[in-house]
Amino acid sequence: MTINPDLQGRSYPAAEVYTVGREKIREFAEAVKATHPSHFDPEAARALGHRDVVAPPTFAIIVAQRADAQLINDPEAGIDFTRVVHADQRFTHHRPIVAGDELVAELHVDQVRAMGGGAMITTRAEISTVEGEKTATTTSSILVRGEEQ
Amino acid sequence: MAITLTDLEVGQEIGRTSLGVTRLDLVKYAGASGDFNPIHWNESFARSVDLPGVIAHGMFTMGSAVQVVADWVGDPTAVIDYQTRFTRPVVVEDTTDQPGVAGAAIEVVGIVGALDPDNSTARIDLTVSAGGQKVLVKAQAVVRIW
Repeated sequence: MTINPDLQGRSYPAAEVYTVGREKIREFAEAVKATHPSHFDPEAARALGHRDVVAPPTFAIIVAQRADAQLINDPEAGIDFTRVVHADQRFTHHRPIVAGDELVAELHVDQVRAMGGGAMITTRAEISTVEGEKTATTTSSILVRGEEQ
Repeated sequence: MAITLTDLEVGQEIGRTSLGVTRLDLVKYAGASGDFNPIHWNESFARSVDLPGVIAHGMFTMGSAVQVVADWVGDPTAVIDYQTRFTRPVVVEDTTDQPGVAGAAIEVVGIVGALDPDNSTARIDLTVSAGGQKVLVKAQAVVRIW
């Protein structure tokens, strides 16, 4: 199966709303071995000026990978998920992600480059609140390995 | 306690840590993140796709490596930009039968890479390695210094 070169420039509109839960922030923080009290204790977060517990710097990957799934599961894309390798990742935060936020992500396919028998695909998720406030931009490149790679 | 930009120098170390990683850590990260790719928990599947064994999620490594920055700056939301390239997988051995023994160790060192007084930010460059080899390249966190 080959990657559809016409993917470049495609975008997928914001789909389901992701509600940021306090327990999910705690669970994710623990999973990345974060110990800062502002992830766990609302009072500690408020003392730093936040409304509620704050997400760790890479928490937005949950929302971004849900948006990416729209592309990976798109039959027109031709991506075999078992051959996907994460090549690079970037998070740019426009404002903190806090428990209670309702987020949506619009996915853009910025680049598709043939590499060997496979392809490097760069996507960008523009994450905002349902009220339209820009929250984070995440950029991710995945290498879809060809059959001989 | 509060860090100011004038206290910092390019090349200065801001912190370092050694993270022991077990298969259980990968299962926890899978559940927390929603990334259930079996290469991160199923040995036979990982080998069937030509990997040397179960490997850590790149995002687990990226996410845990930045904690040294968050703890240093005192507010995790001060990390306004964070990027890396994933160059080498972190193989996590099965130590399920040896309580307290890690299946891999990730070493993290943070150095001040650049200072930007106009935007009141510092770039922290992270060196992240496992088994003596770099696993992340160009791991850079931009931190707002109040």
